[in-house]
Amino acid sequence: MHSSTPKPLKILNIISILMFIVSLGLVFFYAPREAVMGEAQRIFYYHVPSAWLSFVAFGVTLIAGIAYLRTNDHRWDRLGIASVEVGIVFAVMALLSGMLWARPIWNTWWTWDPRLTTYTILLLIYFAYLMLRQGIEDPDKRARFGSVYGIVGFISVPITYFSIYLWRTIHPAVFGRNESETKMSMEPQMLQTFIFCNIFFMVLFVTLLWHRFRLESNTARVEELRMRASNA
Amino acid sequence: MIEIHNLTKNFGMKPVLRGVDLTVERGEFVALMGPNGAGKTTLLRIVASLTRPTLGRVRVNSFDLPAHADSVRRVLGVVSHHTLLYGDLTAEENLRFYGQLYSVENLSKRIEDVLNQVGLIKRRHDLVRSFSRGMAQRLSIGRAVLHSPDVMLFDEPHTGLDQEASAMLDKLLKSVAAQGRSVLMISHDLPRSLQLADRVTILSHGKIAYDSPTKNLSLADFAKTYNELAQ
Amino acid sequence: MKSYLQAILAIARKDLAAEIRSRELVSAMLVFSLLVVLIFNFALDLDKSARENVAAGVLWVTFTFAGTLGLNRTFAAEKDRGSLDGLLLAPVDRTAIYFGKLISTLVFMLLVEAVVLPVFTVLYGISLFNISLFGVILLGTFGYGGVGTLLACMAAQTRTRDVMLPILLFPVTVPVMLGAVRASTGILANAEWGEILTWINILVVYDVIFVAVAVMVFDYLIEE
Repeated sequence: MHSSTPKPLKILNIISILMFIVSLGLVFFYAPREAVMGEAQRIFYYHVPSAWLSFVAFGVTLIAGIAYLRTNDHRWDRLGIASVEVGIVFAVMALLSGMLWARPIWNTWWTWDPRLTTYTILLLIYFAYLMLRQGIEDPDKRARFGSVYGIVGFISVPITYFSIYLWRTIHPAVFGRNESETKMSMEPQMLQTFIFCNIFFMVLFVTLLWHRFRLESNTARVEELRMRASNA
Repeated sequence: MIEIHNLTKNFGMKPVLRGVDLTVERGEFVALMGPNGAGKTTLLRIVASLTRPTLGRVRVNSFDLPAHADSVRRVLGVVSHHTLLYGDLTAEENLRFYGQLYSVENLSKRIEDVLNQVGLIKRRHDLVRSFSRGMAQRLSIGRAVLHSPDVMLFDEPHTGLDQEASAMLDKLLKSVAAQGRSVLMISHDLPRSLQLADRVTILSHGKIAYDSPTKNLSLADFAKTYNELAQ
Repeated sequence: MKSYLQAILAIARKDLAAEIRSRELVSAMLVFSLLVVLIFNFALDLDKSARENVAAGVLWVTFTFAGTLGLNRTFAAEKDRGSLDGLLLAPVDRTAIYFGKLISTLVFMLLVEAVVLPVFTVLYGISLFNISLFGVILLGTFGYGGVGTLLACMAAQTRTRDVMLPILLFPVTVPVMLGAVRASTGILANAEWGEILTWINILVVYDVIFVAVAVMVFDYLIEE
């Protein structure tokens, strides 16, 4: 176990920062003004990647949970909690950017459309996961329960999305408009910017996840050393 | 019989048992003693299949734990501080419940035999809520022997009992042990342990620090050893 | 197999017998439900047609809240009394504990629902005596109880216990709520069967998936 940042992670740090700066340039200067939605559309380049990556984060937690239950190796549990926290950050970014995007275009902060509603529920499940872990002292139990809830939570999301979607198809919402109804014209420079931002966010995701994972590992190591010292 | 070899148990990072070696032969009554926090209850819980060991080997009647936990549970009877009885049910209903969990044959007859053995046949239709601590503890022993286990584990069964109830319990323990069972009992009571057990052991700092037959062991000597080791 | 079923029934019967003697839980759930129905009556001042629209919703909110009371108790009491060990010492598959607890929780919830329905009918002036409605209530309660029993086992072992269960349970049981309320509303409004059936399908799928998942993971929650 390294106590100083490993070389690949240092490189990722630099790449993340560089890509961020480049993305700013691309988003605000290179990509043209969108025909239908105007300047507000630029948020889309940050909104979409953070949204789908928060789903990926949840998926990582699912796999980590199953792996922990199978192997009892605490490293999987650390990956799980790291992924949930990074996922929450990305999800909140996605929600906030989504709201900033919606307001000027549809004149409303919020719509109860299926994706957004399911997304909020997803966030609530994440928070419940964190609260569950906080209420347990025994690390083995905490890891086990976290894994189980991660699995149960993840499985519920598709069913939840589908049932809300079904509901809104049969009973369209009285207020607010469906996101997918709004058209957006896509020119080549926009596509390039979009792809770049997606890659940037993926790099950012891995970087943050790695940092958080190392934080968790180091915390565990400190605990272990402290225990050894007090038992000596 | 119980075979424990190099048993280690950590709770998270905290070591509680650090390599315990202990054997209880068929028909032997062993008292397990030691200061508070030494890990006695943890040891018992591991043998009872309620907690998993971190390292080491535990075998009951040649069944390995935790792999063959169900086989072990079938031959195990456990009495602890908690009576594991339901206050809102009668004595008979409590025994019937556990009898069904253990798939005891001829359950009704067996319940009657057990109630007679623990001297509670007259109270069979009374709610356990109305029992004194002594009576509840006796019924708890009844619950534990209902399925005719080979091995019995007791965790300080005399806690909270007055002289009379304790004496009754001793008689019961002796008769239970006499039926050829292996018994492991946690106790803080030196004279009682010497009286009831075939062997006494002391668990200190997560290891067995002392293990001796009780025959020809005087109370004074044992008390001295105990006070030395229990620091 | 026989001992497995016997264990499930023994646990369920034990919970029911204890409850019949003390009558604490069901009466608490019942009073609570009636209070919720009453509060809704004051909170939502509705005319007749509006009442018909929200009736199913109010009913299911009542059931969910009362349900958490029952679910909380099912494991918390065992844990407090230390009698969970008694169940764990038995030579029977741990999932028998899950099913036994599930059955007793379902019985309590259904009992409470059976009393709330006629009261609701009287207070809201909407007839709720409908076989299909009973079916939906059964399916919904089963799904809610199935996940609830699993999560209650977890919640009972945390520090914040009673508060923890709704936090864990509600986000994950949205499909049950939605499906049950939509199906119930459809039945009460005599809507087209196709639509109602879709919702019932969702309930069935949810119930099957989650009880299967619960059976697979329950061991990890109860062993140490």
